[in-house]
Amino acid sequence: MVPVTLARVVRICALLTVVLVAAVLLALRLGAVPFSLTDLGQNLWWLASGRPERLSTDFRLIMVDIRLPRILLGILVGAALSVAGASFQALLRNPLADPYVLGVSNGAALGAIVALLIAPALPLMTPLAAFLGATTTISAVYLLGRREGQLDSNTLLLAGIITASFLSAIIMFLMTTLASRDLRGIAFWLMGDLSTALPRGLLWVLVVGFLSATGAIYTTASDLNLLLAGEREAMHLGVDVTRVKLVVYISASLLTGLAVSVSGAIGYVGLLVPHLMRMLFGTDYRLLIPTSALGGAIVLVLADAMARTVVAPTELPVGAMTAMAGAPFFIYLLRRRLP
Amino acid sequence: MNMSETAAPYGTDPDRPRPAVRVNVEQASYAYTARAHGAPLFTLEATTFQARERELVAILGPNASGKSTLLRLIAGSIAPLSGRVELDGFETYKLDARTRAQRIALVHQESSLVFPLLAGDYVLQGRHPHGRSLWFESEDDFAIAKNALAQVGAEHLAERWMHKISGGEKQRVVLARALAQQPLVLLLDEPTLHLDIGAQVELLAQLRRLAAEHRYTVVVVTHELGLAAEFADQIVLLHRGKCLRVGPPAAVYQRELIEQVFETPLEIETGPAGRPRVLIKGRKE
Repeated sequence: MVPVTLARVVRICALLTVVLVAAVLLALRLGAVPFSLTDLGQNLWWLASGRPERLSTDFRLIMVDIRLPRILLGILVGAALSVAGASFQALLRNPLADPYVLGVSNGAALGAIVALLIAPALPLMTPLAAFLGATTTISAVYLLGRREGQLDSNTLLLAGIITASFLSAIIMFLMTTLASRDLRGIAFWLMGDLSTALPRGLLWVLVVGFLSATGAIYTTASDLNLLLAGEREAMHLGVDVTRVKLVVYISASLLTGLAVSVSGAIGYVGLLVPHLMRMLFGTDYRLLIPTSALGGAIVLVLADAMARTVVAPTELPVGAMTAMAGAPFFIYLLRRRLP
Repeated sequence: MNMSETAAPYGTDPDRPRPAVRVNVEQASYAYTARAHGAPLFTLEATTFQARERELVAILGPNASGKSTLLRLIAGSIAPLSGRVELDGFETYKLDARTRAQRIALVHQESSLVFPLLAGDYVLQGRHPHGRSLWFESEDDFAIAKNALAQVGAEHLAERWMHKISGGEKQRVVLARALAQQPLVLLLDEPTLHLDIGAQVELLAQLRRLAAEHRYTVVVVTHELGLAAEFADQIVLLHRGKCLRVGPPAAVYQRELIEQVFETPLEIETGPAGRPRVLIKGRKE
């Protein structure tokens, strides 16, 4: 029995940060224009030390304007989706829960599209509407997944899958009938894509939203451990179940809404990453929340780097990459005998 | 094993004054309804009894007699429809979840886990009500959890997975988690359900010893007539939501009463320590 201590959490997170930096460097190098590692290091050092005038034109155009923002977006979206997935798994006591599988991502996408149709000029409307779409969907799925007052694992998953396909039908309908509007293409919302350049302001909203929602979830980490044994049992061990559930539902929906509003419905990251982290570091949520955030960032940065390069010069949507890895993993988890 | 000495009802010794009442159930009732304002599906009628420290109380009755409802009232997870349920003068359902979990530990019939967990980590969860919202266990917490496992003779299980140990071992680990809470009151819902007779006797003897050593008040829900008679200081006899009798086993175990409640022909004798013994008869002669 290796006890979960603050020192251990910090140690493992430091290790994962090193892996993340390596993944970022790899992703920066991959692409149509190759850079040597020394070039890359030199230019990054100039960039970080506040001497951007020394950067080469190539580097500025390709790295600073294209690859780096896309990687940063990948880090945020991957971390947000993984933390949301880990949270939903505890709240719903279901190892197969994930924002995409439960239809929450599609709900957020629908909210974002509706906001773009109604008020395209207001920049913050999209993430807000995506958040509302996410909370409405998770509430609906939660209510549909209950049988005789009890949360039923299979009913919940089916409710999520049906809701997801219903919502994507509405998205299809909106996209086809309103095709004249300049929306970023149906694949963006349905498959997930990181190629959109974001205004810097929105990136900051994303960073602040991600940090506060993840922080709020992390304060309940030891409660989530007990919630996995059931709500009644958690209550008898001193967990304020109503408060914890409210905090985590809202924060996880916010994370999903933020991620989907900038990148569409990228699937299975929230399922794949928390399970990988459990296999590596155990099931304790005090360790699982930060490792999922870092692991999600690593996985999505690498998946996006692959999406950019496997069929170059054409790009795949990153959601296609994650679904190719995630869907078989879902089947594996479904078939595995759980304790 | 000589039971007669440990099994003497507590408080009968004139040299030691009887401790104060800890759990006070006063005319407490409850009703389950399908819809608000609908007719109740099940009613627990007004029930009154007191439990002191070091006392082992058995809530006894057949299935669907309201035993678990009464236990949930004591645990404070539901509010009584009328009457009061108090722990040291505080109404249990009004306590906040954390304070309640510091004073009352509840051992459930079934507890299922979504992800595999080591028994040692499971016991450590009992320290949760003593920590803050985001919190890491201290050295003390580890020592208390280890000690709790030792008290139920399950130290060797610490590194085993919860879903890979036997029913009897699991029951001990679950009890150890309750002990790690360092409560005043231990509540157990059908703790002997999946145990063989040897493990049942061992568990009840253990509870008696723990109650005596740590001044716990122990309340056990059971339908095991024989075990309740042998180990309880006090019996609360329930039948179809009605509290029929409260008192020491010798006063409650009357043949006609017990036969009627459990709907089976019985013979009741008195054992050497003054405790009743129940014999099952196949058919009425």
